[in-house]
Amino acid sequence: MGLPDILFYVFAAFTLLFGLLVVANPFSRNPVTSAMFLVLTIISMACLFVLLNAFFLAAVQIIVYAGAVMVLFVFVIMLMDLKEEERRRIKTFGVVTGIVSVGIILSVFLKSLLGCGDSCSLPAVAGAAPVVEGDAHSLGLLLFTKYDLPFEVISVLLLVAMIGVITLSKKDLK
Amino acid sequence: MQVGLQHYLVVSALLFATGLLGVIIRRNLLVMYLSLELMLNAANLALVSFSRFKNSLDGQVLVFFIITVAAAEVAVGLALIVALYRKRQSAHVEDLTSMKL
Repeated sequence: MGLPDILFYVFAAFTLLFGLLVVANPFSRNPVTSAMFLVLTIISMACLFVLLNAFFLAAVQIIVYAGAVMVLFVFVIMLMDLKEEERRRIKTFGVVTGIVSVGIILSVFLKSLLGCGDSCSLPAVAGAAPVVEGDAHSLGLLLFTKYDLPFEVISVLLLVAMIGVITLSKKDLK
Repeated sequence: MQVGLQHYLVVSALLFATGLLGVIIRRNLLVMYLSLELMLNAANLALVSFSRFKNSLDGQVLVFFIITVAAAEVAVGLALIVALYRKRQSAHVEDLTSMKL
């Protein structure tokens, strides 16, 4: 087992552990704690991206998700009343039904992933095929040639989202 | 055992299940939204690992688009939550029952 394999297990364990702490933290039900653990999840996932040779996406993941998106989240949490969440008690019925339904869907996932053995793995790339690297150069080349139209469409989407947010945040929302 | 596609997909499935669990059992709108982000990230991980083991960059471009759409979605969703909070003084799903018959 080489170093990349060990690193995979380490970061996969970190990702799953922090992900679980986002959802069900035994020590705190404060949304700020959840948000901070989501930042840690995203950072360990960026490490997994590096192991998968997706260097550019790892950087984007940290800059956009752990940076911009989570700052937005923490800012909105700051505006709200946090103490109220702690006072509410958890309804057992909801937790039990949630765990049962998630267990069922997870067993479907794992059965389909692990149950087929070698028959479902992708055909091995012959011999010394170069392993693809997702650096900024090759990704940008693809983005501005093959995926030109989606790139333009996404810019319109961002504009629409921006206008929508400004409209929604107006004081006299009609 | 060599770490392969299957390992990454199992991690992705587990992460997705964690996010789904959060959306179902937590009652705070903001925490539910954080769990939604977790599910989105699980899908991203699956796409990047497919791209790596299929030796093609298309999956990574798709993840790039997903991250952009997720950022837009977070902005709009949080604006909705803030507007809701301003009207009801609560971000708790059990207080938002005005459409109940």
